[in-house]
Amino acid sequence: MTLPLPVKIVGAAVAVAMLACVPLVADGYRLSLAIGLLNYTVLATAWALFSGPTRYVSLATVAFFGIGVYTVAVLGEVLAWPLVLLIALGIGVVLALIIGLSTLRLSGVYFVIFTFGLAELVRQLVTWFEVNKTRTLGRYVFVDITTDQIYWQLLALAVMVFAAGLLIRRSRLGLALRVIGDDETVARHVGINVTAAKVALFMLSAAFMTLCGAVMAPRWSYIDPAIAFNPVTSFQVLIMALLGGVHRLYGPVLGVVPLTLLFEFLLANFPNHFSILIGIAFMLIVYAIPNGIAGLAEKLWARVKGARP
Amino acid sequence: MNAPPLLAVQGLTRRFGGLVAVDGLDLTVFKGEIIGLLGPNGSGKTTALNLISGALKPDAGTVALRGDFIQGLAPFRIARRGVARTFQLVRVLGSMTCRENVLAGLAFGTRNDWGVRADANADDLLQRVGLVGRGGVMTAELTYIDQKRLELARALALRPDLLLLDEWLAGLNPTELLQGIELVRSLRGDGIAILMVEHVMDAIRSLCDRCVVMNAGRRIAEGTPSAVLADPEVIRAYLGDEDA
Ligand SMILES: Nc1ncnc2c1ncn2[C@@H]1O[C@H](COP(=O)(O)OP(=O)(O)O)[C@@H](O)[C@H]1O
Ligand SMILES: [Mg+2]
Repeated sequence: MTLPLPVKIVGAAVAVAMLACVPLVADGYRLSLAIGLLNYTVLATAWALFSGPTRYVSLATVAFFGIGVYTVAVLGEVLAWPLVLLIALGIGVVLALIIGLSTLRLSGVYFVIFTFGLAELVRQLVTWFEVNKTRTLGRYVFVDITTDQIYWQLLALAVMVFAAGLLIRRSRLGLALRVIGDDETVARHVGINVTAAKVALFMLSAAFMTLCGAVMAPRWSYIDPAIAFNPVTSFQVLIMALLGGVHRLYGPVLGVVPLTLLFEFLLANFPNHFSILIGIAFMLIVYAIPNGIAGLAEKLWARVKGARP
Repeated sequence: MNAPPLLAVQGLTRRFGGLVAVDGLDLTVFKGEIIGLLGPNGSGKTTALNLISGALKPDAGTVALRGDFIQGLAPFRIARRGVARTFQLVRVLGSMTCRENVLAGLAFGTRNDWGVRADANADDLLQRVGLVGRGGVMTAELTYIDQKRLELARALALRPDLLLLDEWLAGLNPTELLQGIELVRSLRGDGIAILMVEHVMDAIRSLCDRCVVMNAGRRIAEGTPSAVLADPEVIRAYLGDEDA
């Protein structure tokens, strides 16, 4: 089960190289599906990076994602692409710092509600600004980025989010987060700056979400606040991460793949009942597999191993 | 005595609503001393430890560590200054192994130990508290006494100058109690000062240099164990007829 490190690295490199070839062979529909998969992989893994160890359920995903989208819509035409990404990153991380410092003292359900409210607030602010100041509700996204390039950028983000997760796991921050997840009181009394650890992780998670939004922006030729800050995105990411399992780095992906396909199917066939259906999917998941697919797979694996002499 | 005491508590006060849980408490601990904090249930002993360790903020009064005021600081800052504690209701980290529990104390406290050396130090500490060779065991599999040992190892991992023990010896059988007393005594040999909340009289008599007795948040007696345990006011407090 546990392979030596060089084997793992080579294996991962080969897998990434193969995934990088997808735009060369896939038709338009498949590439679009692959982009959806990568988009949710980045978002759900970034979500679990923070919410897994801290057990804070955040519904602010789309606030950061939307900020990424809007930064591109506003600045994409006037600045060089790397600079646009950097600015988006800066805005997302600063917002995360402010939210983190002001809310991570909240616990449980208050945090959930606050993050949900926050995403709505950002959407309302952007709407207000567009209507009253720029006098347009929508914007056209003019940037010179091909669909293939979007895919490759998302793949790079996915690699980075996994690398970040692996590095954290091996670091003192990783141990701090596990201690916090187990018992915050103990964490404080062994010298862990609990607030700093949580805020740092929240910022890192938000950084990936913001960049993901920025990279995805050129997928739309036209955006408005309802598209960029669609709250359903936050719920989808949450469901995917929970289905896959947040206690493992690879967990969320296991939820992303089946649910992206399911949501695609539902949206195509039952567009009017989509929200209700994902609500039902959410409840079923939480009841049936509380530890996610990753937890289920581990249990099965342990049973298989146990059955052998 | 020119050096300031390791711990000097003065006028420490904490209210919960109308209740004054700790009421103008004075307390001094010198380097290497073992001080007993006694008193009937609800007299404010745990609250006093919470105020010293930063888990609670005082309404009034001061706590000085080596002459520096620490009252109201965040608990992680107080821990990093060398104050470690255990909890009245034992707290071990449930998703981790014994070794990882101790690593948690090594990595963030006064030492920032990390890596291979930290692993070795963790195993040394486990041996110290009588959990030799149990580093890989999950904490959920430990008995109550072993959980208490582990909690102590995690506190020692901070390399504290002051150790706060909240009824650490409670609930042990006679054999375990003797081992526990010896273990605490051996810590004094390392120069660690200990402030221990305790009800076990044998332990108090054999370990403590001095005792402070609390009742209803106030200090009602201070002195050697035999002196305070013979004090009429202390006896009255324990018999619960202070209103008589
Ligand atoms: N967090 C709290 N909120 C309200 N009351 C508390 C709290 N902690 C302790 N108390 C009260 O303060 C008093 C002292 O409690 P405590 O310090 O635990 O006593 P001891 O450890 O001496 O048994 C008790 O009456 C207790 O109910
Ligand atoms: Mg108590």
